[in-house]
Amino acid sequence: MIDVQDLSVSFGSGTSAKQVVKGVSFSVAKGETLGIVGESGCGKSTVLRSLAGLDRHWTGKINLAGTDVDKDRTREQMLLTQMVFQDPYGSIHPRHRISRVLAEPIRAMDRGKGWDKVAPALEQVGLPTAFADRFPHQLSGGQRQRVAIARALMLEPEIILLDEPTSALDVSVQAEVLNLLADLKESRNLTYVLVSHDLGVIAHMCDRVLVMKGGVFVDELTKDDLYEGRTHDDYSRMLFEASAI
Amino acid sequence: MHAPDQDTILSVKNLSVHFGRYAKPAVDGVSFDLKAERLGIVGESGSGKSTLGRAVMRLLPPIGRVTADTLTFDGMPLLAAREKQMRSLRGNRMALIMQDPRYSLNPVLPIGKQVAEAAILHLKVGKTEAYKMAATMLERVRITDIERTMKLYPHQISGGMGQRVMIAMMLLAKPRMVIADEPTSALDVSVRGDVLKLLDELVRENNAGLMLISHDIRMVAAFCERIMVMYKGRVVETLTTLEEAQHPYTRGLIAAMPDLKAPVRRLKTLDRNAIDAVEARP
Repeated sequence: MIDVQDLSVSFGSGTSAKQVVKGVSFSVAKGETLGIVGESGCGKSTVLRSLAGLDRHWTGKINLAGTDVDKDRTREQMLLTQMVFQDPYGSIHPRHRISRVLAEPIRAMDRGKGWDKVAPALEQVGLPTAFADRFPHQLSGGQRQRVAIARALMLEPEIILLDEPTSALDVSVQAEVLNLLADLKESRNLTYVLVSHDLGVIAHMCDRVLVMKGGVFVDELTKDDLYEGRTHDDYSRMLFEASAI
Repeated sequence: MHAPDQDTILSVKNLSVHFGRYAKPAVDGVSFDLKAERLGIVGESGSGKSTLGRAVMRLLPPIGRVTADTLTFDGMPLLAAREKQMRSLRGNRMALIMQDPRYSLNPVLPIGKQVAEAAILHLKVGKTEAYKMAATMLERVRITDIERTMKLYPHQISGGMGQRVMIAMMLLAKPRMVIADEPTSALDVSVRGDVLKLLDELVRENNAGLMLISHDIRMVAAFCERIMVMYKGRVVETLTTLEEAQHPYTRGLIAAMPDLKAPVRRLKTLDRNAIDAVEARP
């Protein structure tokens, strides 16, 4: 579903250039959930932003659902992926009603007005349809994250990119959102790439985990590795022990 | 000095906090005693755990009305204390460590100056002496290259380092009580452990009491001797280990966390109706 070859991203230019992602390659099968863990600044979010088409100065090759995508995406290429961001307070327009937030992707892609799709979209993420008339500040953090997920699903993409989708939420709400993501994946056969620094969340959600450090992947762990605490690298062992307090 | 372990540092009986005249209480009849120990306070957002910490330090805005039968710190009734007295206590005898060093350090002062300021203010020492004390304290929190770091501004250091600077600043005056409000939530998992260990080490050394406020029940359980679980402003349970949790809310919180060692297909979510049924007051 996703095939990335030799992806590099640098910020800045000339002598002050900083290479954040250093030639990583990976692939994700259809219906699989791939996790990427690492500390702040290791480049995990940058990988995701390049996949989403938000960062346009990457080099290498990205293939999504059988199409090689360009740095500047065409409309068809943009339809392939959608992203859910970390902070549900910042990722939803504060002065748009929920209905407009959800209809926006449909209208941006010239697929009609989109109003009729708002109610079913709210229902599938477990929110009452009456929420369509509300503003984001009238919703709790967990409810807002559900709206963000609903918005990502509006254009029915096959790939969803999740950037720390639950780290701004309480554990009790986190459990609800993770369950929702698991249910949606099952019913729509979605492919997820999940970035997080919380190994507990990653282990729960993912079939395979890549450990990232300093712009490269230092370890790859399967679900069994995670449960049995097997690691192949000093750094991932350290990360593992730190999360097991 | 008499046996300090037995001393009650903070005594709270029936403490409530109201915002607005007819609003529901944010903290509702909480009682506990803090000795030279580590007490964890756990709950979701809005459970009143941070409000409790701030009420104890009298740091709530005037609209927050604090009432209590007893609120004594080191034998001194805090509710009757005047603002001037409180100011001499805060940062000196009682310290508050907040969540995000990026917001709680002064962005326009170098690190060294900020830490030294604590010494000048509370220990009544001269400037040179204060800088020396700041340097020693920064060394204690394992900051390398102190000379250079003391000249840096908060935006030039990492989150973990910033939190260690906060700890250094707060523990410089050797306080009797430290309130740590989510001290590690803004940090990476890999530095979280170090910061907690450091906090613990320094608090033990001073024989102080520590109130650790957090939403991470497992982290608190691993770190604290006693855990108070708060829900809707009330303490629903006080535990020493997670295994003895009886209340559906506590159990729900534990079950909702994905565990590396005990994988489940679906996470359990809180059944709020069941909790409210147990919590229903006569």
